[in-house]
Amino acid sequence: MALEVTQLLLNAQSIDGTVRKHAEESLKQFQEQNLAGFLLSLAGELANDEKPIESRKLAGLVLKNALDAKEQHRKYELAQRWLSLDTTTKSQIKTFLLKTLSSSVPDARSTASQVIAKVAGIELPLKQWPELIVSLLSNIHQLPANVKQATLETLGYLCEEVSPDVVDQDHVNKILTAVVQGMNASEGNNDVRLAATRALYMALGFAQANFNNDMERDYIMRVVCEATLSPEVKIRQAAFECLVSIASTYYEKLAPYMQDIFNITAKAVREDEESVALQAIEFWSSICDEEIDILEEYGGDFTGDSDVPCFYFTKQALPALVPLLLETLLKQEEDQDLDEGAWNIAMAGGTCLGLVARTVGDDIVPLVMPFIEENISKPDWRQREAATYAFGSILEGPSADKLMTIVNAALTFMLSALTTDPNNHVKDTTAWTLGRIFEFLHGSVIDTPIITQANCQQIITVLLQSMKDAPNVAEKACGALYFLAQGYEDVGPNSPLTPFFQEIVQSLLAATHREDATESRLRTAAYEALNEVVRCSTDETSTMVLQLVPIIMMELHKTLEGEKLSSDEREKQNELQGLLCGCLQVIIQKLGSSEPTKYAFMQYADQMMGLFLRVFGYRNATAHEEAMLAIGALAYAAGPDFAKYMPELYKYLELGLQNFEEYQVCAVTIGVVGDVCRALEDKILPYCDGIMTQLLKDLSSNQLHRSVKPPIFSCFGDIALAIGENFEKYLMYAMPMLQSAAELSAHTSGADDEMTEYTNSLRNGILEAYSGIFQGFKNSPKTQLLIPYAPHILQFLDSIYMEKDMDELVMKTAIGVLGDLADTLGSHVGALIQQSVSSKEFLNECLSSEDHMIKEAAEWAKHAIGRAISV
Amino acid sequence: MAPPKDLRRSFKRRPISDQQRRRELSLLRQAHNRNDAQQRARNLASSVISFQPASPESEPELELPSEPEPEPGFESVPSSSLDVRQASRLRGPEVRKWFARQLMLPEWMIDVPDGLSEDWPTGKRCFVVSSNGTTVSRLRNGSILHHFPSALPGGARTKGASGPAQSYCILDCIFHESDQTYYVIDMICWRGYSLYDCTAEFRFFWLNSKLSETGACGPPSFYHKFRFNTVPVYNCDQSGLFSAYTGSVPYVKDGLLFYNKHAHYHTGTTPLVLVWKDEKCSQYVIDTDSKGEVPNQQHVVLELQDDGKLVTSDDPPVVFGCLDADFVKQSELSSGSLLRFSIGNGGLSCVDGRLENADLQYLGKTNRARAFADSYSKIMFQYIARHSPLKIDDLAASVISHDTEENKAPEVEMTG
Repeated sequence: MALEVTQLLLNAQSIDGTVRKHAEESLKQFQEQNLAGFLLSLAGELANDEKPIESRKLAGLVLKNALDAKEQHRKYELAQRWLSLDTTTKSQIKTFLLKTLSSSVPDARSTASQVIAKVAGIELPLKQWPELIVSLLSNIHQLPANVKQATLETLGYLCEEVSPDVVDQDHVNKILTAVVQGMNASEGNNDVRLAATRALYMALGFAQANFNNDMERDYIMRVVCEATLSPEVKIRQAAFECLVSIASTYYEKLAPYMQDIFNITAKAVREDEESVALQAIEFWSSICDEEIDILEEYGGDFTGDSDVPCFYFTKQALPALVPLLLETLLKQEEDQDLDEGAWNIAMAGGTCLGLVARTVGDDIVPLVMPFIEENISKPDWRQREAATYAFGSILEGPSADKLMTIVNAALTFMLSALTTDPNNHVKDTTAWTLGRIFEFLHGSVIDTPIITQANCQQIITVLLQSMKDAPNVAEKACGALYFLAQGYEDVGPNSPLTPFFQEIVQSLLAATHREDATESRLRTAAYEALNEVVRCSTDETSTMVLQLVPIIMMELHKTLEGEKLSSDEREKQNELQGLLCGCLQVIIQKLGSSEPTKYAFMQYADQMMGLFLRVFGYRNATAHEEAMLAIGALAYAAGPDFAKYMPELYKYLELGLQNFEEYQVCAVTIGVVGDVCRALEDKILPYCDGIMTQLLKDLSSNQLHRSVKPPIFSCFGDIALAIGENFEKYLMYAMPMLQSAAELSAHTSGADDEMTEYTNSLRNGILEAYSGIFQGFKNSPKTQLLIPYAPHILQFLDSIYMEKDMDELVMKTAIGVLGDLADTLGSHVGALIQQSVSSKEFLNECLSSEDHMIKEAAEWAKHAIGRAISV
Repeated sequence: MAPPKDLRRSFKRRPISDQQRRRELSLLRQAHNRNDAQQRARNLASSVISFQPASPESEPELELPSEPEPEPGFESVPSSSLDVRQASRLRGPEVRKWFARQLMLPEWMIDVPDGLSEDWPTGKRCFVVSSNGTTVSRLRNGSILHHFPSALPGGARTKGASGPAQSYCILDCIFHESDQTYYVIDMICWRGYSLYDCTAEFRFFWLNSKLSETGACGPPSFYHKFRFNTVPVYNCDQSGLFSAYTGSVPYVKDGLLFYNKHAHYHTGTTPLVLVWKDEKCSQYVIDTDSKGEVPNQQHVVLELQDDGKLVTSDDPPVVFGCLDADFVKQSELSSGSLLRFSIGNGGLSCVDGRLENADLQYLGKTNRARAFADSYSKIMFQYIARHSPLKIDDLAASVISHDTEENKAPEVEMTG
């Protein structure tokens, strides 16, 4: 039964904290004691036109939150709770909600629309509330515009909530008919037309069948195009949003409409308000996205084997489209480079131009060059910036041959602009363009180098000098240096950067020390560039990389000496700790990969570990993750010597493994446990009870992000391989877990790509676990403990083979497990193996695989099986 | 309420963060390490499965003498049975050891067998491995000579187009410093196909046809600064031998190499390939010291064994002498050390083809970069070259007499 909740709802919005708190508690108590009565009261409040709008809105909101949550488990729980309510209460609530759609108060109608969609989201998939759609459709033919508007809005939300396959085609047709009629120019009420247009945007996914029907599609397209010309700006924007969505959902159906759409979008880009113009540009960006995907699928040979053919809309529109986009570049906002979230027509136009370049390649160059030449030296900064931006935008896509001459000619100009141009924007875009040049036209794949002995010095001098410029310009200069270094990644033993190495490192460190280094993410960019410079450095400069170790360690040490900090300062401090740990991690990987440097830098290992452990004390997820990764790299470099750090590190491994919420931390910790296992081998044994317990808990948890589970299985394998037969005591826990996960992952039928990908990663983890366990037990008297598991494992291999959907990695791991099983259990399982499909068809398929890794694993398995059955 | 939309990110912001990159690189490293550990476990001693591409059916190779002083904290893993892709992931001394063992080393010709002949450029003998978008050359001792992009399959990073991961090559080369060229003297693996099991004749054919296809022989460019070239191969008849001996080549010749036509590629020292030189075809007939001068006395490098015996790198090793335990202790030598000796006036004395006595004088430990002791045949060739050298005329004469003979497995016999 319903209670009066008006006063509680009003008090819950009171400015008086005590009143508010009291009301919130009472509401909560009511909800806990009598959910049905509580929800019914809220629905009644929302439906009652006598009540104040504030309490009605909040009632709807609380109701909505009782039905749905973002987090998957919570969402499921709430749905179950709703379904468990008695039918009478539910139907009373539904009646209240539908009644509210006729309310004269717009906010009440709108709130009710959303709540109805949430209920539909729970019930329609279960074939409950079948009369909902019929009753909504009957509303459409009612006279009052407000009912019509609210109903269309509800239909839109409904389409957003439920998936198309739970609504039958007859209802889909009726919904679309109602929506498209509501959008028609003949609809005199703008509110109705707007609601209909927004509803269509959400219902487009339902219109598959209708887009296959020429007549229906023509009708929908005509109505959408007409709506883009509506006098009401919101309708125009919503209509363009529909076009954007159609561009990606129904690309292959667009050919007959492209001429009209070009005209409409061109007019909007040139003349309409920014919110509309942005969507018109977005239409072309979406077309480019589609064509880039299709052309990528074609691969090098344009045979047209792809499911969707390329219609080359961009190429056809090119002569008109490029000038249109170039015009937008001149509409920059002041200070747009200083605002992270800025998005305006000039930025959208440049982004689209870049996509067009990637779609059409060489063809764009002659269309853009005259614009660049005309504007690059103009006194108005907007023209210089637009010309530079246009140049930077087309550097990815066209061939190196096509661009090389132009870029070589422009390079000197760019370097001088970066030093001397009086305008911050121009310098920002110039530094960014230099970065793009180095990203796409510099590196071992390019035949004629842009950077030569003659200009290398100048380029570096200019970039380093720009690191003293305004933070946004300095940040772009760091980005350019990042790609400059990356291009020399495989240059060989003599890097052209060697003579400048010291100077580069000093300038980057100086940039990180600037007082304004936290603006425009300058400090992050400087450390990123430093990391890349280190990664791409050669043996010639390893001493200088080594000298960086104490410097970065000192920086990290300084962040650990903080006094009382404000929350803002603390956030910056944590960010810096993350960057420094990341930098040390890169250095460890670099120096640890070659013997002489490794021994030199291991002298810092103790101090470094000390610092990392202190970073853990700050309980910041990012810094924690970076320090953990650095420790993993250190363990790899240190080998068995790493054992001495375990007593102190162990606690943090355990903490990391318990961190369900920041699952990245958990995932990273699992990887590091693997590193430590390989470094310590059987010296890890004393810690295994704790680690295994935690890993098993992780596996059983519903809270932990599913992506972390496959690595846990792999980690079982790492542990088993390290401790060998000592893994015995964990078999009784690990094996059943592996077995049930194997059963779950054996079949994927009907799963989408994403699910199949996940299933394969799960299979790979399970198989890596089996592999590690078999190899760990090899030659031990306890191998017979594994014999009982062999039938199931062989069955698992057979079933994933028969499922025919495993990826190459799984195939390689799976056939390896077959070999491991034969290698370790030998003649005990000879007969079993011979009965399995895996030892015949699967093995043969792997033996003739083109993939070297699969073939190699199969050869190994063949030998091992041969031995097992011959004995 | 407009539907929520993913805003396009501003074009001027980088799409991938370095943090994400660090994460991915770490995952990649961990996956590699896991694979390594797994492979090592699969090949551990007890599995008698030989996994070596060189000789799939043979018994596992005997472990080579370990590094003079094992690095602290380094697990010694029998990496003899890894293939090159696995080996490329080994670290530190292991990787050097692995590569050091993979080159086919000629025995020194102290007698005349039949076979093919080939010019032998002066330079650094090395393995060139192209894989995963880069090319690495490693010297005989396993250390890296160059790390560079090349036109070999898998030898350079090609953006976007990801070639098949297995497209790797292994070439046996001599790096000729003065023209910065790798002279390819043998091909072991091409585009992932192992030529270990192919005959020398086929390998030379394949080498000549495939290498030119790649363009690796083209003139150097900025990124491909080292070029590759083949060396001429002649049939070992009179004219072939004469062409090889007198023919002019762009590099500094350092002797002739004789291959048994039917020999497979074999790691380590093999009697199926022989090297021969005299003053005309090599500047280095007699070994020089670090200053490039010929020392008064012949120097040899021998390995010290547990029991004090001094042995060659052959399998089985040949004993040249013995050090007494006190001397070993006093000089802080350990088993496995490579030691340099000079041969004194007493020389080498042989009875019935067996070394009877060697007058060795201790000089000191060798450079750490050195991987092996000298082979028996090398010591003998050098000794003979100083005393009674084998002449080109002897070879020519034997070519005629051997032309009709059946192809018998050549054996190295003492002539001293």
